[in-house]
Amino acid sequence: MNRARRIAERVTDPELPMLSLADLGVLRDVEVVGSSHVVVDITPTYSGCPAMAAMRDDLVRELSGAGFDRVEVRVSLDPPWTTDWITPTGRAALAAAGISPPGPAPSTTGPIPLTLSPTARQVRCPQCGSPATELVSEFGSTACKAQYRCCDCLEPFDHVKEI
Amino acid sequence: MADHIHTSPEDEHDSAYSGLLVNDAHWAFGTATESIGFGEDPLAGVDTTIPEGVDAVTLSTYALMLGDDSLVMSHRIAEWTSNAPDLEDDIALSNIALDLLGQARLLLARAAKADESAVPPLPEGSPAPPEDALAFFREAHEFRNVRFAEVVNGDFAEATVRVLLFSVWRLATFEKLRESRDHVLSAVAAKGVKELAYHRDYAARWFVTLARGTDESRTRLITALDSLWPLWPELFDTHPVEAAAAEAGVGVDPASVREAAEAVLDQVFTAADVEPSQAPRRSGVLGKTGRDGMHGEPLSRMLAEMQSVARAHLRGQW
Repeated sequence: MNRARRIAERVTDPELPMLSLADLGVLRDVEVVGSSHVVVDITPTYSGCPAMAAMRDDLVRELSGAGFDRVEVRVSLDPPWTTDWITPTGRAALAAAGISPPGPAPSTTGPIPLTLSPTARQVRCPQCGSPATELVSEFGSTACKAQYRCCDCLEPFDHVKEI
Repeated sequence: MADHIHTSPEDEHDSAYSGLLVNDAHWAFGTATESIGFGEDPLAGVDTTIPEGVDAVTLSTYALMLGDDSLVMSHRIAEWTSNAPDLEDDIALSNIALDLLGQARLLLARAAKADESAVPPLPEGSPAPPEDALAFFREAHEFRNVRFAEVVNGDFAEATVRVLLFSVWRLATFEKLRESRDHVLSAVAAKGVKELAYHRDYAARWFVTLARGTDESRTRLITALDSLWPLWPELFDTHPVEAAAAEAGVGVDPASVREAAEAVLDQVFTAADVEPSQAPRRSGVLGKTGRDGMHGEPLSRMLAEMQSVARAHLRGQW
């Protein structure tokens, strides 16, 4: 049981290889059923995230390689993933890799108010630490990231969007 | 330079292309193999039990309607990929299309799971999962999307208005759909509202920017609004299937979100100093519209392209 969990937790996100699935918060549950059958629950970050299939394949390969004959990867859609589930270790790993970690996720109960000005975030440059940063685009290199630019060191960088 | 794609064994490790040339059988339908995993069912592990007292065909058709909206809209927006005015907006539109495609996949899978008879028959041995069968092996008249989603793309102002109107409407719908008694629909909606809020706000900001930009940008924006406005009222028509789904507590009556959607749109119009369009509603054909399977010619042309690969390579291999 613990062994299966350890192996599953080690699998990394294909787009963010510095992050394990556990640190990303997409690994919901690892359950060993019988002697060599393991059931893993994962949750998608975004509905269309193309990394899901790779995560599933990686989990199956790693667990099969460790001797589990039957590996079942299930999708939990509910409750929806939120960036609040990224662990402190995961946030530190993102920052160390030059990606700005997300702030607290906004509430998504009730009607979602229209925001006509750029989303106000306290984003620090992951390269030089400057708080003087500006949003380039709410949509970045993957569905889950926005593009920023540092006004001091001028480096562009990705910011994981709060959802 | 093309010769560099063919790598020799010595330098294969260093080639960015070598990984693409390995194991690309089943490319069209993912890489999971039944022998070791559980295939690619996007709803594996989700409670797909039909709630008590809900008619399976109603639930399936309702999910198909929402799924077709997302799929057709996603394809139209994806047509912007590599064509947007700058890289940031190219990526933004591609991201929006991707989110909608993800929503479409789950909704079509839900339609298939609720009523298997909705799934068109596939050639013997085809590995296409049910949601792909629905996307690639139905004819235009079997699609239940609103006509708004299918119209041919225009300029960037048109893309802005299109994404704004669609996401304002769809977000208002999904805010209520979160309360659906169907676990799949409520989960898709809970996830979808977060994505749609980004789409709506992105388009709303561009709407204001273009409206307050140059005479040219404002003229183009208002032209686009007038061209799409005739299809706006259809988004709030209540089809009998939607009425039944709402009655059963699994769906949302479109008429019930009109006020909320128009209140948001008014905020955008006010910020942009734009008057709502006066363009008259586009009528249906013999009283039938997109939800009835009555579409314009552009949908047939779009599907011909979108479905061509799946239909030419029935086993998903080439």
